[in-house]
Amino acid sequence: MDAVDIARWQFAIVTVYHYFFVPVTIGLSVIVAGFETAWLRHRNPEMLRLTKFFGKLFTINFAIGLVTGIVQEFQFGMNWSDYSRFVGDIFGAPLAIEALLAFFLESTFLGLWIFGWDKLPPKLHAACMWLVGLGTVLSAYFILAANSWMQHPVGYRFNPVTGRAELNDFVAVLTNKVQLVTFPHTITSAYMVGGAFVMAVGLWHLRKPDVGKNASMYRRATRIGAWFTLVSALAVMISGDLQGKIMTEVQPMKMASAEALYDSESSNAPFSLLTIGSLDGSRETFSVKVPSLLSFLATGRFDGPVKGVNELKAQYQKQYGGDATARVFSDSYTPTIPLTYWTFRLMIGLGMVGALIALAVLWSTRRDLIPRHRLWFWAVLATPLLPLFANSFGWIFTETGRQPWLVFGVMTTSHGVSPNVSAGEVWASLITLTLLYAALAVIETKLLFRFIASGAPDFEEPVDPANRDEDAPLVFAY
Amino acid sequence: MELTTVWFILIAVLWTGYFVLEGFDFGVGMLMPVLGRGEQGEVRKRMLLNTIGPVWDGNEVWLLTAGGATFAAFPHWYATMFSGLYLPLLIILVSLIVRALGFDYRGKVDDPTWRQRWDIAIFLGSAVPALLWGVALTNVVMGLPIDAHKEYTGNLFTLLNPVGLLGGVTTVALFLTHGAIFIALKTEGDVRHEARRLSLKLGAVAALLAVVLLVTINVSTGSVASWIASVVAAVALLAGLSAASREREGWAFVGTFVAIGAAVATLFLALFPDVMPSTTNDLFSLTTTNAASTAYTLTIMTWVAAVFTPVVVLYQAWSYWIFRKRISTHHIPATSVGAPH
Ligand code: HDD
Ligand code: HEM
Ligand code: HEM
Repeated sequence: MDAVDIARWQFAIVTVYHYFFVPVTIGLSVIVAGFETAWLRHRNPEMLRLTKFFGKLFTINFAIGLVTGIVQEFQFGMNWSDYSRFVGDIFGAPLAIEALLAFFLESTFLGLWIFGWDKLPPKLHAACMWLVGLGTVLSAYFILAANSWMQHPVGYRFNPVTGRAELNDFVAVLTNKVQLVTFPHTITSAYMVGGAFVMAVGLWHLRKPDVGKNASMYRRATRIGAWFTLVSALAVMISGDLQGKIMTEVQPMKMASAEALYDSESSNAPFSLLTIGSLDGSRETFSVKVPSLLSFLATGRFDGPVKGVNELKAQYQKQYGGDATARVFSDSYTPTIPLTYWTFRLMIGLGMVGALIALAVLWSTRRDLIPRHRLWFWAVLATPLLPLFANSFGWIFTETGRQPWLVFGVMTTSHGVSPNVSAGEVWASLITLTLLYAALAVIETKLLFRFIASGAPDFEEPVDPANRDEDAPLVFAY
Repeated sequence: MELTTVWFILIAVLWTGYFVLEGFDFGVGMLMPVLGRGEQGEVRKRMLLNTIGPVWDGNEVWLLTAGGATFAAFPHWYATMFSGLYLPLLIILVSLIVRALGFDYRGKVDDPTWRQRWDIAIFLGSAVPALLWGVALTNVVMGLPIDAHKEYTGNLFTLLNPVGLLGGVTTVALFLTHGAIFIALKTEGDVRHEARRLSLKLGAVAALLAVVLLVTINVSTGSVASWIASVVAAVALLAGLSAASREREGWAFVGTFVAIGAAVATLFLALFPDVMPSTTNDLFSLTTTNAASTAYTLTIMTWVAAVFTPVVVLYQAWSYWIFRKRISTHHIPATSVGAPH
């Protein structure tokens, strides 16, 4: 493997890993803030207990999201310096704004929230967690604006004198049409993960034989989580549908390879649910197809035309493939089709199964019911993972489906890599970070399970910050 | 003033903010094994951790913002520096990762081996970046081999020259002093007094190293302004140590805060108008103009920074105000509240 491949593996590994923790943070922050607000409104002790319980799980998860984020911030310069030089004028701004607007907000107010139980007036304390939630959404907005620009570059021009892409309309970058559908889709799919997490933890406790008087609290958590998942799933579907149309418009090759559609269809293109056989187009042994669905996904009309890989490839070769040394040259202009085909299906499939389980949980916990069947145990374990992996597959689809482009139509991935960093150096960092991340995954999983198993803390009357004993032990301490 | 100069100053301010703030939490991390010893070692360690608990993450964001702002305002600076200093940055990343997790996870399992491992992570995670940032920044100021394509052509050993290493050792000593004074300011009882006494010894060493380093840099690339900043740094450090010897910890902290700030300012003033001077050929140096983004991007960024930086500084200062009380051993609950129950 050359430095480009290793750098790509590294980017994929550390980014997908970062994104295991991000959706949980985005989703849990607002749920915890909601629990705390409910406690302040209704003074129901269960709500305070749930706030503290999920708050603690939130902080365990946040810690890893944070440390893996630092790597993200550095790696553009470390591994992709030519890319950074070429697009820094455009791409750097959202990144810097993200740090200034979002990361300061998250970190400062999370510190206040964790350590401030006995120091801040209760309403202000709850407001801190809402601000953390706001920070996560702002952070997502700006990083997605950067990513959407790579999918569909707007608001810039190429300057032949400096040899780089230069910004000329920042508002266009922030309101990129790809961004406007990506942002809601990503946020709501993160909310699905947060909801499913709360639901699963609640249900696991609810089904324990010794749940006793805690049953009503865990039922509440379960149902709130399930509703949260379901409503988010609806929004995910709507925004995902919009995304498909925009994607077909700006990157038709991605839609063609999502379906492994080699030859253009002039109308009523079918969507295959699964295909057995080869996806290189030579053989198809078995395939389940829904007539006209692809046309609908791509164009919004059941009889809409969809372009195929072969036609698009020829078109790109003519448009960009003249000069083998140019920034836009590639021999293929086609992404790895089995990857795009399956990740697209897995994203939709896993996420939707997760939503169905949430629906079933709502049904089976109605009134005072507690779902006892053994199958529920597996459902509980699986539900947070389904939307989580759907998120990962969604990203792998989006990013690999863009290949060979790094910035669509402007720069291919192999041109973005750092020219002065040796394969040995990239190997060193790939191996170091992968091993470190693997170890952290083990620690994190263990901790999460321990804390989940220990359940919600008992109710304690909160300390009044206005007249607290200055010599009393801290309410929260490391 | 030129926008590129404005952004050079802003980036200098962000790095300064990072070093004066994270500097003391690096110091606390490095001092844990020393001040957290003895019969009451565990309670003392937890006390030390809780002095920085609510704020260290906010301090670290100054680094993320400095990185992001460099990317946005001077893409070539960001690209050359981050790809050139590849291995040191990788080591810094690993250190920052294990350190942050150490803070968060140390108290989460009640097991001495577990805690001991995280203690090592916190110590190394604080000491190693303190050293490497010093090495890296000093080297950037003194100049590195950079070719006509703005690419760094040296390797890891290029950085390990005497002046670079002196820079590293100096930041470690300064951060240790800063951390010791912070602990003296934030705690009560034995730890407070031990930390204060220790800060005087550490401060003496730091002062000596800092003088040698800053004179070396000023002689080789300094300007009138950088000489002045160095004098401010020296005076502030001595004033701070003298306040510490009179048990005026608040003033002592102001002293080390200003001293570190002025020392970082010296480096940036000596650097200007270059951002990465080349030792290969003067013509290959990256400067505030040839490394910069367009005026359009800089204008937008200036507006964003002008509006939001004050807001950030205000709420961050407010959080320091909320946690202003000193901590003593009796404030530390018997079991870590982080642990499951
Ligand atoms: C819970 C997770 C989840 C679920 C259930 C879905 N998605 Fe999704 N999808 C994502 C999570 C996600 C994601 C990880 O968040 C992505 C990656 C990048 C992005 O914008 O969102 C994504 C990307 C993504 C893209 C690629 C956009 C591009 O590259 O320009 C399309 C077309 C869709 N989605 C469409 C859908 C449709 C039609 C869905 C079902 C009805 C759907 N998604 C369910
Ligand atoms: C967090 C969600 C994201 C995930 C899971 C993700 C995943 C990936 C993956 C799997 C690749 C490898 C593609 C390949 O090698 O074929 C990749 C490439 C890349 N992505 Fe993303 N990405 C995410 C977000 C972003 C964002 C927000 C940006 C920019 C701001 C970005 C920039 C890049 C770059 C520069 C590459 C180049 C490396 C390459 O193409 O191999 N990604 N990403
Ligand atoms: C490749 C591009 C990315 C970069 C450079 C990046 C950078 C970072 C950094 C530095 C942090 C730590 C912040 C702190 O100290 O508080 C972080 C955390 C976070 N990131 Fe990323 N990130 C990337 C991808 C993404 C994507 C695609 C999203 C969302 C759609 C996202 C959302 C978040 C959120 C919500 C947090 C805070 C929560 C947490 O720490 O878990 N990031 N990111």
